[in-house]
Amino acid sequence: MSTSSESGPNSETHSATKPEIIKAVPVRHPGRWVAGAVLLVLVAMAVHTLVFSQTQIPGQRGSRFGWSVVREYLFSSLVVKGAEITLELTVVSMLAGVLLGVLVAVMRLSKSRMISGVAWFYAWIFRGTPVLVQIYFWFFIAALYPHITLGIPFGPSFVTINLNSVLGAFWAATLALSLNEGAYMSEIVRAGIISVDEGQVEAAQSLGMRRGMALRRIVLPQAMRLILPPTGNETISMLKTSSLASVIAVNELTHVANNISAQNYKTIQLLIVASIWYLAMTTVLSIGQYYVERHFARGATRALPPTPLQRLKRNLRYVRPQNHQAAHP
Amino acid sequence: MTTPMVKAEEVYKSFGSLEVLQGINLEVAPGEVTCMIGPSGSGKSTFLRLINHLEKLDAGRLWVDGELVGYREKNHRLYELKDREICAKRSEIAMVFQRFNLFPHLSVLDNVTIGPIKVKRQSANEAKDRAAELLQRVGLSDKIGAYPNQLSGGQQQRVAIARALAMEPKLMLFDEPTSALDPELVGEVLDAMHALADSGMTMVVVTHEMGFAREVGDTVVFMDGGRIVEAGKPRDVLVHPQNERLKNFLSKVL
Ligand SMILES: Nc1ncnc2c1ncn2[C@@H]1O[C@H](COP(=O)(O)OP(=O)(O)OP(=O)(O)O)[C@@H](O)[C@H]1O
Ligand SMILES: [Mg+2]
Repeated sequence: MSTSSESGPNSETHSATKPEIIKAVPVRHPGRWVAGAVLLVLVAMAVHTLVFSQTQIPGQRGSRFGWSVVREYLFSSLVVKGAEITLELTVVSMLAGVLLGVLVAVMRLSKSRMISGVAWFYAWIFRGTPVLVQIYFWFFIAALYPHITLGIPFGPSFVTINLNSVLGAFWAATLALSLNEGAYMSEIVRAGIISVDEGQVEAAQSLGMRRGMALRRIVLPQAMRLILPPTGNETISMLKTSSLASVIAVNELTHVANNISAQNYKTIQLLIVASIWYLAMTTVLSIGQYYVERHFARGATRALPPTPLQRLKRNLRYVRPQNHQAAHP
Repeated sequence: MTTPMVKAEEVYKSFGSLEVLQGINLEVAPGEVTCMIGPSGSGKSTFLRLINHLEKLDAGRLWVDGELVGYREKNHRLYELKDREICAKRSEIAMVFQRFNLFPHLSVLDNVTIGPIKVKRQSANEAKDRAAELLQRVGLSDKIGAYPNQLSGGQQQRVAIARALAMEPKLMLFDEPTSALDPELVGEVLDAMHALADSGMTMVVVTHEMGFAREVGDTVVFMDGGRIVEAGKPRDVLVHPQNERLKNFLSKVL
C-alpha cells in the first residue's frame, strides 16, 4: 500500500524536507469584537465630552472643561515651582527613607534582642499611624520643643538649636515622609535580604569576609532584584503622598493648585493641571525604574530583557527577511 | 614531628537535643588528602563547618595548623576570638560547597578576585593576573567574563575551586563537591581536585566518589552516627573493611 509519496506515522522513510508549515483557520472570538465595539463607543463619548462639548455657564464661551485655562496655568511659574517642590520632597524623603529602611532592616536581623526590638518598635509606630497625623505631629512638635540642646545627657550642653526656625513646614513634612517611608522600606529590604540563599553568606564568610562586607558586597546586591520593584512603587506613591504636605502649607504642587483656584474658582482646571504634572513625573519615574531593574537583573536571568529601543530594532530586522522570503518562494 | 594541619580531640556538637558529633578524633598531616565517607546525617558536613568555625563546637578541642579554632587559651581558660580574628583565620581555609555557591551577580573573574581584593587587600591588577592563571589551570580561560548561571554545573564548580585557590589557602575543605553534578560532569571536577592534590594541597574531602577516595586519598575516614567508626589507608578501609556498618555502607554505594 505504501508508496514513496505517502508518509504516514508508520512510514520508514525519513524525507529530508521539512513538512508543510501548518495553515489553519484561527478560532473566531465574536465576544471580543462586541466588547471592543462597546469600548470604542464609550471612548468616543468620553473624548467628545472632554474636548468638544461647550460650556453650559450662561454668557460664557469655550469648551466645557476650560482647556484654555489649563493651558494658561500648566507652565505658569507658580505651578512649575510647585512641581519642583513636590519633586524635592519626593527625592529627599525617598533617599532618607531607603537609607533608614536598610539600617532598620539590618537592625531587625541583628542577633541582639535589644537592637532588633528597637527596630521592630520603630516600624510598628510609623506604619501604624496615618502619614497625615505624622505630618501634623512634626509640624507642631516645635511647640513642645522650641529649643534642642546638644550635650552630655543630664549634664552640660554645648549647642542650642532653635527648632522653630530650623523645622519649617518643608522640613517637617520631609521628616514625616522620611520616617514613614523608612518603616515601609525596612520591611521591603528585610524581605529582600531574607530571600538571598544562606549559602551565599557562608561562601562569603569562607573567603574571610566580615558580616558587614558580606552584607554590602554579596547579600544586598542580590537582594536588590527583589527590593527594587516595590521601591519603584514606593517612589511613585511618595510623589502623590507628598501632596499631603499641603495641609501644613508647604508650597508643593497640590497646595499651589488649591491656592490658585481659591482665587479664580477654576478648581477643576487646576486639578487637571496638577494631575498632568503628577502623571508626567510618575511616567518619567516608571521609565527610570525599568532601566534600574534591568541593571540589577545581571546574573539573575541568562539574557537581559531587551530595552524598548532594542526591541524595536529587532522587530524591524525580522520584518525585512520575511518580505524577502515572500518575494522569492 | 610536624604540627598536623587539622587536629580534632573529642569534638562534640549538637543542635538542640540532636547530638550530631559525639567525640571525633582525627589528625590530618600537611599535604595529606583525607576523604570522609558515611551515610547521610552522620555529621560529615557539620564537622567540616566546625573546622572553619561556621559552627561552634560544644566540647573538645579543634586545632588548625596548631592554633585553636575560634578560641584563645590563656591560663587554662578559653577566650572567644574577636570577629576580625575569626575572619582572618577563615581566609586561610578554603571551602568548596556541594551547591557551588558562586556569587550570581558577579562575573567569573569577579567571583575569583573579590576575596583577594577585599579580604587580602591585593591590588586589582595582581588579583586579576592571578585569577586568569587559576582559571586557566581549571580549564576555564574562555569563561572569564561569563556569569555563573551561564555555566554548566561542572564549570561552576571549577570556578568555585579557582575562587578558593585565589585565597592561597593552607587547607581546603570540600563538601560533596560532585554530588550536585550530572554524571558526565563529575570527571572534570575530580580531575581538577586530583591535580590539586598532586600539587601538595592539604585537603579534607567529603565525598561519595569511592574511586577518587581510593586513588587520591591518603586516608579514608568512615563516619556513622556522629563518630569515626573506621579510618586508615584507602586500601584497608575500602577493600578490606572490618566494621559491619562500613561493609553494609560500601555494599550500597559500590
Ligand atoms: N543548623 C542545623 N540545625 C539543626 N540541625 C542541623 C543543622 N545542621 C545539621 N543539622 C542536622 O545534623 C545532622 C547531621 O547533618 P550533616 O549535614 O552534618 O550530615 P552529613 O553527614 O553531611 O549528611 P549528608 O550526606 O546528607 O550531607 C542532620 O540530622 C541534620 O539534620
Ligand atoms: Mg552534608
